[in-house]
Amino acid sequence: MTTGTQQRRKERIDRGIKVRTEGIYALMSWRELAYLILPRFVIIVGLLILPLVIFDMYWQRVISIVCIYALLALSFDFLAHHVGLVSLGGAFFVGVGGYLSAVLNSVFGFPALLSIAGATVIGGIICTLLLLPCLPLRGVYFAIVTLMYPLFMARVIEALDILGGTDGIMGIDSLPSAWMEQYFIIGMLLLFLFGIRRLVNTDLGLVLRAVKDNDQAVRASGMNITTYKAFAVCIASAIGCFAGASLVHIYMWAGISTFALDFSVLPIAATVIGGSGTLVGPVIGCLILVPVSELLRDFGTLRIVFYSLSCWPSLSFAARG
Amino acid sequence: MKGGPILQIQEITKTFGGIIALNRVSFEVGEGEILGIIGPNGSGKTTTVNCITGFVKPSSGRVLFRGKEITGKPPHKIADMGLTRTFQIMRPYFSLPAYKNLVIPLFSPRARRTGGWRGGGRRGDRNTVGIDILEEIGFERDSYVPFKVTSTLPTGYLKRLELARCLALKPELIICDEVFSGLSMSEIASMVPLIERLQMSGITLIMIEHRLRELFKVADRVLVLNFGEKLVEGSAAEVMADPRVREAYFGSEKVEEVMRHA
Repeated sequence: MTTGTQQRRKERIDRGIKVRTEGIYALMSWRELAYLILPRFVIIVGLLILPLVIFDMYWQRVISIVCIYALLALSFDFLAHHVGLVSLGGAFFVGVGGYLSAVLNSVFGFPALLSIAGATVIGGIICTLLLLPCLPLRGVYFAIVTLMYPLFMARVIEALDILGGTDGIMGIDSLPSAWMEQYFIIGMLLLFLFGIRRLVNTDLGLVLRAVKDNDQAVRASGMNITTYKAFAVCIASAIGCFAGASLVHIYMWAGISTFALDFSVLPIAATVIGGSGTLVGPVIGCLILVPVSELLRDFGTLRIVFYSLSCWPSLSFAARG
Repeated sequence: MKGGPILQIQEITKTFGGIIALNRVSFEVGEGEILGIIGPNGSGKTTTVNCITGFVKPSSGRVLFRGKEITGKPPHKIADMGLTRTFQIMRPYFSLPAYKNLVIPLFSPRARRTGGWRGGGRRGDRNTVGIDILEEIGFERDSYVPFKVTSTLPTGYLKRLELARCLALKPELIICDEVFSGLSMSEIASMVPLIERLQMSGITLIMIEHRLRELFKVADRVLVLNFGEKLVEGSAAEVMADPRVREAYFGSEKVEEVMRHA
């Protein structure tokens, strides 16, 4: 009888402790440690090792492109599944970041790394300001409007013949070396990936998720949902602009094709294949999709057919990644 | 009316297309009182709440909170002033554990300013403060209930969770949109003292209700809406005695039954 009461009392005390210590993990064994570290370890080491095991120049370039798409997919996944804004504006972010970095580098003479950093920050702000009027829109409507932006920008540049017109801006500095280029982008991808993962798990991340699930209740709690949406868009577009700026410095050229819809659509496919809402999934999705897409180049026009066929089983049998 | 008016509604009209949902409705709520609003379905109760809390912009008329005009302000500004509401159709964050629901309102500017609950609301402390509020509102602290995923909670707890979301903001006025409906008699019986306790702590309440018997127990004054117009306003007994109310709303037999129990 007494032991029963004591047992219950102990349980009662434990429950309280359980909540208060949430977020503090006690590692009990090597196995638990492995569970915690291995998945991250595989991703980090896997990405870092890639440039070392691939010697072919062409495929080394592909690694950088994979990372750029991965950044876009990460930005899409964050906005769509953690804030509830389905954005097709990936191409817009890339274009804005790309052109900004090109201008900073070729007109103002900033070194490559500095102009990428500048384009990331300024681009994030510009994209947010331009998207601000669309933030009250939801679901499909927001998607359509964000799709309009890259098309619009590309036509404006073409018609007004500004920023190099159809020729684009040439003679942009590349990053100092091929190794530097790859490790810079891989490093930033890892930084953004784990940064966003951390953000999503904070109280702020919880509020962003609440904006997605239940915006009326957030408003009733005395919070301006537009502010939080704008904040999220700012982060996502800064990531996109960074991707665009890096791309421009890899190709040493900024043109209208940076507004190509590939940059909007492929990241979405990668997110779906890799697992939406997981943040890591989209990165893995890009690791699969982009090389496949490169391999299929040999097939010419049939490329997109094979491409679709390769996506199809994943979409129909494992729609959640 | 106890004390001065905290909320003044002046000649509010709301039309949806050609339909008049509210027609020149005026009333006042005194500091610290409980005002009940009743009326048949479609009489404009929830529209009134939406007009006051900014979720719907009234077509004409004014809403004053503590003498300041709040007509047409966005909901988050109004909530930030301490005028909060619950939703008739409960809107918790279903995928989260119950106590995590409160982290969100505790993140708001008002909660940070007022220190949330019992001086809490500090960074990283929102989980604990959330559980404190849940305990205050009748979640058993020593049970697993506050930690259960919200979608698995019964209606009674969800209603309390709605109230808890308001309390996290340290409100001055709470508008409860049908907190009693859908609850069993025993759940209501435990809810009534809770409402009284909120009033004791200095919070003004407006209660929109269909459960008249329970409402009359707690409400200081009652207002009857019918077809978007104010019919009567007064104490429970006055309202019940009014022939227009009997006619428009209850049907005379029902009134006597309710009166007998009240």
